[in-house]
Amino acid sequence: MSRDSALVSADWAEKNLGAPGIVFVEVDEDTTAYDTGHIPGAVKLDWKSDLQDPVRRDFVNQQQFEALLSERGIGNGDQVVLYGGNNNWFAAYAYWYFKLYGHGDLKLLDGGRKKWELENRPLVMDPVSRTATSYRAQNQDQSIRAFRDEVIAAIGVKNLVDVRSPDEYAGRLLAPAHLPQEQAQRAGHIPTALSVPWSKAAKEDGTFKSDDELRQLYGEAGLDGSKSTIAYCRIGERSSHTWFVLRELLGHSDVKNYDGSWTEYGSLVGVPVALGDEPGDPPSN
Amino acid sequence: MSTSSAGCGAPVQSAPLPASVDLEKETVITGVVSSGEGDPIGGAYVRLLDATGEFTAEVVTSPEGQFRFFAAPGTWTLRALSRAGNADAEVTAGRGLNEVALSVIA
Repeated sequence: MSRDSALVSADWAEKNLGAPGIVFVEVDEDTTAYDTGHIPGAVKLDWKSDLQDPVRRDFVNQQQFEALLSERGIGNGDQVVLYGGNNNWFAAYAYWYFKLYGHGDLKLLDGGRKKWELENRPLVMDPVSRTATSYRAQNQDQSIRAFRDEVIAAIGVKNLVDVRSPDEYAGRLLAPAHLPQEQAQRAGHIPTALSVPWSKAAKEDGTFKSDDELRQLYGEAGLDGSKSTIAYCRIGERSSHTWFVLRELLGHSDVKNYDGSWTEYGSLVGVPVALGDEPGDPPSN
Repeated sequence: MSTSSAGCGAPVQSAPLPASVDLEKETVITGVVSSGEGDPIGGAYVRLLDATGEFTAEVVTSPEGQFRFFAAPGTWTLRALSRAGNADAEVTAGRGLNEVALSVIA
């Protein structure tokens, strides 16, 4: 994968509003943002109520995903352009999620909602309705999704990239600074994990840095290009953003997102945890 | 109000501080973004940078221009981005409520 095949610019998007075969999809946790104004023709996806199973901590299944996309009027052959708030966290997560279920033509809008708004590009409140389709999804592509046991086995073997803020990584904070700090689980990081906050991959306006800058960023942090990589954060959204950078922009072949992330790992009984600003060593036993 | 375990999106910025927030433990950095003329700016992006200038968190101001972060004691920089202009402010925050006003310049 490369930048050209994964990313579109705001200029390109504005020129292609309403173009046949292209569907803009806004993904937020707070969908009131969409209601107050969205890219003309964009359909809305609620990260929580549309994409998550309401009972189990997992995604909606293949049939539910098919029903969701069919109802939204997204066809298998459509070019889906994803964007959203929070510096495109949710849109990057949705990109990874759509890729998991095998959607063919996917793009992320560089800069997401923030750049679109700050540049005063068109946002409308017109309700959007597309003709329903018969969407078919694939089985989940597990080559891009990491689960708990693989992550534990990866300590000292694969690259682990912790994309949370330095304070969360070191154990000084339990959640990002725009959220109240909860005391539910242990603080810290997975031993040997490199600290590369997701935000270092993006500029202030939400767009991604250049390929050269990104390669330098991860290289200097100690990412071993010859090894497989697993990215994680707190619940797997910020790490989707980094997954996107490493796999979709820089073209690393084996990169997984660990969506259980720290809210799972930091609550597991008996797993090793490292504190402080250094990665730490694999457990000695 | 989204709970931390449910998601990563920022809670409603203009909501009053929930009773569950313990101001003896939390370091709350809060304030209003306004224009040079003093009008509050809703929909502005406010970024929290740590003492080394690294990005930590970002929220969008409420229609009343309000923003709120839950940080830790120490020095932080706030940077507001809006169509009406940008603003920067430094704050040394302690536990409890720390209020900062941001006035954008075009």
